[in-house]
Formats: sequence, structure tokens, C-alpha cells
Amino acid sequence: MSIENLKTIDPFADADEDAGQTKQTQESYIHIRIQQRNGRKTLTTVQGIPKKFDHKKILKVIKKEFACNGTIIDNTDSKGMGDVIQLQGDQRNKIKEFLTDKDNGLGLDEKTIKVHGF
Amino acid sequence: MVSDSIDGSKETAQSHTPPPTHDAAPADGATEVPADDDGLDLSLLKKKKKKAKKAEDDEEPAAAEDANDGDAAAEEGALDLTLKKKKKKKVTKETEDDFAKKLEALQLEGKEGEEPVAAAAEVDEQDGDMEKGTGIWSHDENKIINYDPLLSRFFVLLTQKNPDHASSGSKSYKIPPPQCLREGNKKTIFANIADICKRMKRTDEHVTAYLFSELGTSGSVDGSRRLVIKGRFQQKQIENVLRKYIIEYVTCKTCRSPDTELNKGENRLYFITCNSCGSRRSVQAIKTGFSAQIGKRKKMQG
Repeated sequence: MSIENLKTIDPFADADEDAGQTKQTQESYIHIRIQQRNGRKTLTTVQGIPKKFDHKKILKVIKKEFACNGTIIDNTDSKGMGDVIQLQGDQRNKIKEFLTDKDNGLGLDEKTIKVHGF
Repeated sequence: MVSDSIDGSKETAQSHTPPPTHDAAPADGATEVPADDDGLDLSLLKKKKKKAKKAEDDEEPAAAEDANDGDAAAEEGALDLTLKKKKKKKVTKETEDDFAKKLEALQLEGKEGEEPVAAAAEVDEQDGDMEKGTGIWSHDENKIINYDPLLSRFFVLLTQKNPDHASSGSKSYKIPPPQCLREGNKKTIFANIADICKRMKRTDEHVTAYLFSELGTSGSVDGSRRLVIKGRFQQKQIENVLRKYIIEYVTCKTCRSPDTELNKGENRLYFITCNSCGSRRSVQAIKTGFSAQIGKRKKMQG
């Protein structure tokens, strides 16, 4: 058993993997921001949803669930920020719940989500 | 007893008001009371006379009070004829040294009925000797020490042994609340940003950049170093953002001390150095992130 354990733990390989993972997680923060428009209108932008998800489908579900409109701003329009989902109104809490929900949402880790704004 | 006496005093006041023929009303009360009580109790009468003398010496309002007190004590005698003389005597004693009496009574009760009270009293007696190590704190003492003195001992020792810890605990990090004014309809003025930045030991530019990136707006600094932010913001909202800033860029993650410095290290990285524990950590540069174009159509047209 002990030998078996020793075999599975390869210190060097682990270190490399760890470094890669931390880099990935640092870059793959999901930023939820809010912007004020005229009057009491606001926009919510979600930046950095992993590419393995289909953004269009996510948007379709969100639009129905939150009863709001929204668009996907692709990489060319967002000046290299990647695909950004833009929603109308202050949807920060709802979108956070959606992203972390395991049953009906994406089931992402809460630590990777950063909510900005007031 | 007390309530009785109060009632009595009132009644006496009523009963005495019609007859007075003398000049000063309070003096009347004082002088007449003994006359009423003559036949009832000699001891009371003596009391009254002393009191009346005192009243004469004192100023008039005080005299009135004294007289009323006297009336009260006397009236108990006058009204409650059924009451035993012992009770009257008690009343007189109370007027003499009621506080000491009450204390005695309390102590008696404690000793008779409630053991913990008595124990607490004992401990209190010995509490002063803690530093010298005598009493219950002596080395070979077998008595069980109560929770409260032990707790106080713990805190005394704690503050003695490490004063800095205690001072840092008591001194909380305080920043004046942000003052927000509305300029026109669409702009907010953050008036005391300079003061707040000074307290946090951060440059205005850094705080401003963070505010703008978090709020997703832009703005400018006006003549008197106030920050003009585009958009309507409540004071609370600004406060929330400032809190986030303090957590991210001011407090030391190791010792939670706000006494830190932000320096630009090598490789364009920002480092926070703690002044109290000496730890150093890098912080993320402020990124604006994506900001949607607002009022695009207007700009296109114009």
C-alpha cells in the first residue's frame, strides 16, 4: 500500500499541474459588473464565462428566466475581453445564483465569480 | 412602607393646609407635625424636633422636603393606629441610616438564602489580592474560584503580558463616511475623498481608478480635490465599494492590520507591505474590464 501511495504522488508533475491550474483560475474569473444607464436603468455584464458552455443557449435560458432582454457581445466588439453577456437591469444576484446552481444552472464554483459594483 | 409614607405625606399636606396661621408654609408643617404626634410616640416626637431644627437651619425648599419626610414618618403613626410600635421604630432607624440598614438586610438575606451571593461576596473581598498572590489566589489555596474572577484575571493577565495586542483590539479602524453630494441630475460628488485617502495612506489616483472600475463609470477631479463621478450613487453604495477597496488593497491579509503601504515593486506589480507584521503580498492591478457602450446612438449621430 505504502509503495503504491508513493508511486501516485509525483512531486514534480504535481507542481507543474498546480501552477497551470492556478493560472487558469486566476484568468477564468467570471466578472459580474453593473453599469448605470440613464435614469434608474442599469446594465449587467457577465464577462468570462468558460468557453465550454454555449453562450447563446445560456442567454436564451437567462432571458426567459429573468424576464429581461440581453445580447452577447463577441470578442471583436468587446475589445478583446472575450464573449460578454449583457443583460438589461440589475441581474447580479440572479445571475450569480444561476451560475452557481448545480441543478438548473452551470454549477460553477462560487470562488471563481467576482461581483463588482456597489 | 415607602408607598404608605408617601400617601401619608399627601394626606397630611391636605389636612394641614386649612389650619396654617403662621408665616412660612414649610415651617408650619414641621412645627405642627409634632403637635399631632404628641400623644402617639415620644421617640418620634423627639425626631421631629431635631428635624425641625435642621429645617430651620437649611434653606426653605430643603426645609419643605425635610418637613414632608417628617410628616410621612409621623403620619404612619397617626393614620395607621393598628401598626405596632416596632415598625415605627424601624422607620425612624431607616431615616437615620437607611442605607446601612438596607445593606445589612441584604447581606443577611444573602447569607441565609442564597449561597452564591455569599460566595461572590467572599471572592470580592479577596479579589484585590490577586496581583500579590494572596487570598484565594495564593499558591496553596484549595478554594474553588468562581468564573467571573477567573475571567477578569484572564483579561488582566492578557493586557499585562501583551499590551500591543490589547491596544490593537480596542482600537478599531475607522474611516469617515464618504460624503456624497449630487451635482445636477447625473453626477455625484464624492467630497471627502482626499481625507479618506489620507487615512488609508493611498494615493487619490489609485482609489479613484478603483472606484471608476468598480462603478463602471468615469469622472473627474474638480478644483477643490473632490471627485466628480458620472452617474447617481448613494452614499451607501460608495461606502460598499470603499469597503471592498479596503479589504483588497489596504488591510494586511496576515495580521489584518490596516497599517500598510502600497508600493510599486519590480515588474509593474503592486505590493502591499504591512508595517506592523512586515509581511508583503502582491495585489492585482486595477482592471477596468468590459464596459458596455452607453448612449452609442447619440454619439453616432453627433
